[in-house]
Amino acid sequence: MWQLLQIELYKIFRRPRTYIAFGATAALITLMQFGLKVDGQEYADFMLQSLGSFDVQGKLLNGYMVCYILLQLLLVHVPLLVTLIAADMISGEANLGTLRLLLSKPYSRTSIILAKFFATCIYTLLLLIWVAILALFVSIFVFGTGDLFLMKTEYIVLIKQNDVFWRYCCAFGFAFVALITVASVGFFLSAFAENSIGPIVATMSIIILFTVLGTLNLPVFQTINPYLFTTHMVIWKEFFDEKVNVNNEAIAGSIQDMPQIIHSLIILSIYIIGLITATVWVMRKKDILS
Amino acid sequence: MREFEKLKMKYILKALFLLFTIHFSLFTFSQDATELVNKVKDKLDKVNDYTATGILRTDVAFIKAPVSKVIVYYKKPDHFRLQKNGGISILPKGGVSVNMRTVISTNNFTALDAGDAVINNVKTKVIKLLPNDENSDVVLSTLYIDEANLLILKAITTTRENGTYEITMHYGKYSEYGLPGKVVFSFDAKNYKLPKGITLDFDEEKPADMERLKNKKGKVEIDYSSYIINKGVDDSVFK
Repeated sequence: MWQLLQIELYKIFRRPRTYIAFGATAALITLMQFGLKVDGQEYADFMLQSLGSFDVQGKLLNGYMVCYILLQLLLVHVPLLVTLIAADMISGEANLGTLRLLLSKPYSRTSIILAKFFATCIYTLLLLIWVAILALFVSIFVFGTGDLFLMKTEYIVLIKQNDVFWRYCCAFGFAFVALITVASVGFFLSAFAENSIGPIVATMSIIILFTVLGTLNLPVFQTINPYLFTTHMVIWKEFFDEKVNVNNEAIAGSIQDMPQIIHSLIILSIYIIGLITATVWVMRKKDILS
Repeated sequence: MREFEKLKMKYILKALFLLFTIHFSLFTFSQDATELVNKVKDKLDKVNDYTATGILRTDVAFIKAPVSKVIVYYKKPDHFRLQKNGGISILPKGGVSVNMRTVISTNNFTALDAGDAVINNVKTKVIKLLPNDENSDVVLSTLYIDEANLLILKAITTTRENGTYEITMHYGKYSEYGLPGKVVFSFDAKNYKLPKGITLDFDEEKPADMERLKNKKGKVEIDYSSYIINKGVDDSVFK
């Protein structure tokens, strides 16, 4: 299995396409950091206008705040970049005509498919680490640290500086599971195609469609929203909401809705296990002609 | 006829005397009230500046903020700065002057005696302060003054910009300077709502806290643990 995994990783990182995601995220993050460094205060002032009768003092636009803004935008787009690799894993081989050769090796089809999936997971993990380095550590380096001040639509959350970092670690961990779910969708669709374009476009379309359905907030879609994986992908934000005590004081180290996080993790895990099992089952039954 | 004229004159004199008495009494009341406010002011004037450390508690329905340590700087006449060690603080506008010296910082007011009241089992004089300046942001201040100790125990201030807020003060070892050990600032918190496009929160928010968010009363408390009085505060602190 380890040998298969090494081969799959070699294949992934030999392709120039792999580095598109790393380049794109680097460009996007750098541009946004530059914009926030130059005009960030205006953005912060604009948001604070809605607070009207309150004065907010302190360093609002610090590295933690910048990272949160970046993640809100990036974690919508990074899944699309993960799709580029995940949806190519099997269909790419079929397209090149190497799938039959690969499956004729003295390894079970299950081992080969799982090796491909684990290689996709490692690629996703590396991409997420890259995002974390750029969005969190570079932002901290450029903007410094401070309390995290989050303005949600209905309320404001102020998290103490020393209570933030672990939340980011958890949020990135959660994001990893969410991205693996997307990878699983792409991987599953990849099993049915003879070239990469179809599954890549199909996976992206599913993500966009599900995201739109979730955002529309119409009663007709609300019954299916809890079952869409995109609904649960954004739950990483729950790590940045605190509980309050009877005096309405935020409790350091607490998470407002831990059951929701666990519930979402379970749903995403069901997606992953279901899709990978289905992919293995399809590939084991499939008559490989290319 | 003459008798009638005499009687008429007598009534007029009586009426004039009554009017004079009422006017004099009001003038005396007003003078007493001004005198009392000035006495309190003189006491507060002993403090030119201070640096205080304390604990800040924010109780506003739509704000989830932790209890935090703060440093408060004050310098005459009305410089006030609350600093949270490298952190962010959210305070109601107008509430930053949680110092009575700023409430009665001017001589340009009319003080009226509005009777007595009991605050925390202490008999207090109720004084209404009306600013003479028509452009003043403060419309009316009601002070509850402990006459014996010359301490303001409570103040209700109505402003043009920031509505009405109430400041309750509890005194401890710094009462000789008129500095409170604890200040509770209560106010009406206006509605807060941000469009999802600005917050980038495109997912649905949890309704769990919605009941709590209906409470529109806000409260900010500062528990002072120590004051450093009249040792000088650099102007750069307030910039």
